[in-house]
Amino acid sequence: MVNFAHRLKISNDINTDYIISGRYKFKIQNEKELAKHIFEDLEENFYKKIKPGDFLVAGKNFGCGSSREQAPVALKASGLQAIIATSYARIFYRNSFNVGFCLVECETNYIDDMDELELDLEKNIIRNVSKGVNLEIKPIPGIMKKFLEKGGVVEYFKAHGGFEEII
Amino acid sequence: MRQTIAEKILSEHCEKRARAGDIVIAKVDFCFGQDGTSGIIIDSFRKLGVETIFDKERFCMVIDHSSPSPNIGVSAIHDKIRGFAREQGVKVFDIGSGVCHQVIPETGFVTCGDLVLGADSHTCTYGAINVLSTGVGSTDLAITLASGENWFKVPETIRIIVNGDLPKGVFSKDVILNIIGDVGSDGATYQAVEFYGEVIDDLSVDARFTISNMAVEMGAKCGLMRADRKTMDWIKKHSIREPRPVEADEDARYLMTLEYDLSDLAPQVAMPHTVDNVCGVEEVEGTPVDEVYIGTCTNGRLEDLETAARILKGRRAAKRVKLIITPASRNIYLEALKKGYVETFMSAGAIVNNPGCGPCVGTHQGVLADGEKAFSTANRNFKGRMGNPNAEIYLGSPATAAATALEGRIADPREHKRRLK
Repeated sequence: MVNFAHRLKISNDINTDYIISGRYKFKIQNEKELAKHIFEDLEENFYKKIKPGDFLVAGKNFGCGSSREQAPVALKASGLQAIIATSYARIFYRNSFNVGFCLVECETNYIDDMDELELDLEKNIIRNVSKGVNLEIKPIPGIMKKFLEKGGVVEYFKAHGGFEEII
Repeated sequence: MRQTIAEKILSEHCEKRARAGDIVIAKVDFCFGQDGTSGIIIDSFRKLGVETIFDKERFCMVIDHSSPSPNIGVSAIHDKIRGFAREQGVKVFDIGSGVCHQVIPETGFVTCGDLVLGADSHTCTYGAINVLSTGVGSTDLAITLASGENWFKVPETIRIIVNGDLPKGVFSKDVILNIIGDVGSDGATYQAVEFYGEVIDDLSVDARFTISNMAVEMGAKCGLMRADRKTMDWIKKHSIREPRPVEADEDARYLMTLEYDLSDLAPQVAMPHTVDNVCGVEEVEGTPVDEVYIGTCTNGRLEDLETAARILKGRRAAKRVKLIITPASRNIYLEALKKGYVETFMSAGAIVNNPGCGPCVGTHQGVLADGEKAFSTANRNFKGRMGNPNAEIYLGSPATAAATALEGRIADPREHKRRLK
């Protein structure tokens, strides 16, 4: 399947209020319904552009702001395979892997809207098929990779009864 | 030796020597959720398949973000919180108690040397009283609820030294806005910050909370201060728990040290739509505003209300302005009543809300209309934050907010110098 990059009109400091507004985080409990409102304050109906497996591409400090877990939950439910950004805010970073959603760190200047991308977590590269270049990504920390493999921290914790094995 | 405050507190809680970069499993002294995050905490806790929480004395929930409930959806979440609290025998600070970041330290749940997790990004507030407290998501909090611990990456530390003598009309909010403007919204991501210097020493504990509260706005994990006599007096007044003050070693390793002399600092304003978009008040003076909000976990404490009351006493807010004031806790509200501040506010045309988060999060109590501009003492001015993406939010101190309310335009609080302490 072919997967594409999506960019918003802003690139840096995309905060959790933009990802999912505080207006909805209380109101909507259903993940799929929540996903219909991602980035709504930046671009209406943005969710319609996303096909399962696509990527959202951004600049620095993605996910800054509130600790709301509805942010990665809604992104995951939207069908996105991963976020690709140059850096992430701390709480959002933990939350994403905790809910089994993948974040990739790399230089994103060479990715344009609707570029065709392939993510290879084994080789730690993103292939930009449209531009014919490979982009190196920062390896995902071991602990995060384990959460991802299990589908989230809850599943990991239940299977292992704690974190001892990963230290 | 050679340890920072964060390394020391984490070492003590994981029972081995923690160094920046290490991943450790540490025991948590206290944890909590608020009404925006507790629903998912409860769901995740259930998924973990654990029957009872690790210690019912070390967890609480605070209903502050949408409080009292503005709609059926929120009412259902509040009901779920109360039900879980009854089942587990834990404390709920229900509607009207106040903002978690005031209620928790004020009630004495946390003390110097503690490791605290909160399912709220501004949990870093208690760094001002020498607590390593940081925000996490709901599922992370549920893990702690089930096990009493969590995993931590030991942070590098940036040391920030703030020297000088703040001019009249310039407050701790101006100090932290100035620093965030300099460092940037991600200048301290994944890192701890330690604050030192004459300015910090001179500030009251209330004013220090404002600074630590906003450490997360530069990406920091926590904003720590050492415990001095003021801290110890404050702790003694509020908590029966034994404080364990922690100081950094003299030869502690810092990622970097930033030094400021703020003797000439002007009142600072964060312009829309990012907290690091900071300028001196003179650059935005005269900008018309429709709503002024004084309150929140950043600036809803007694001292903040006193400053606002001094400027507003015997005067009326401009006609075009909705002036909304929200004391950070019930205790603060009662004190403000006794001291006559509430009467001053009401006479000035203000709306005095029940204690809680007020309009800060955009769910109720002062949602902005399209095209409106607000001046707020909160910690975030993101687009859509106060409920409307087509509105603009400016941030500043309670003094600047009160001066702005009188004019109906962003105003310099130094014009009211004689009224200020």
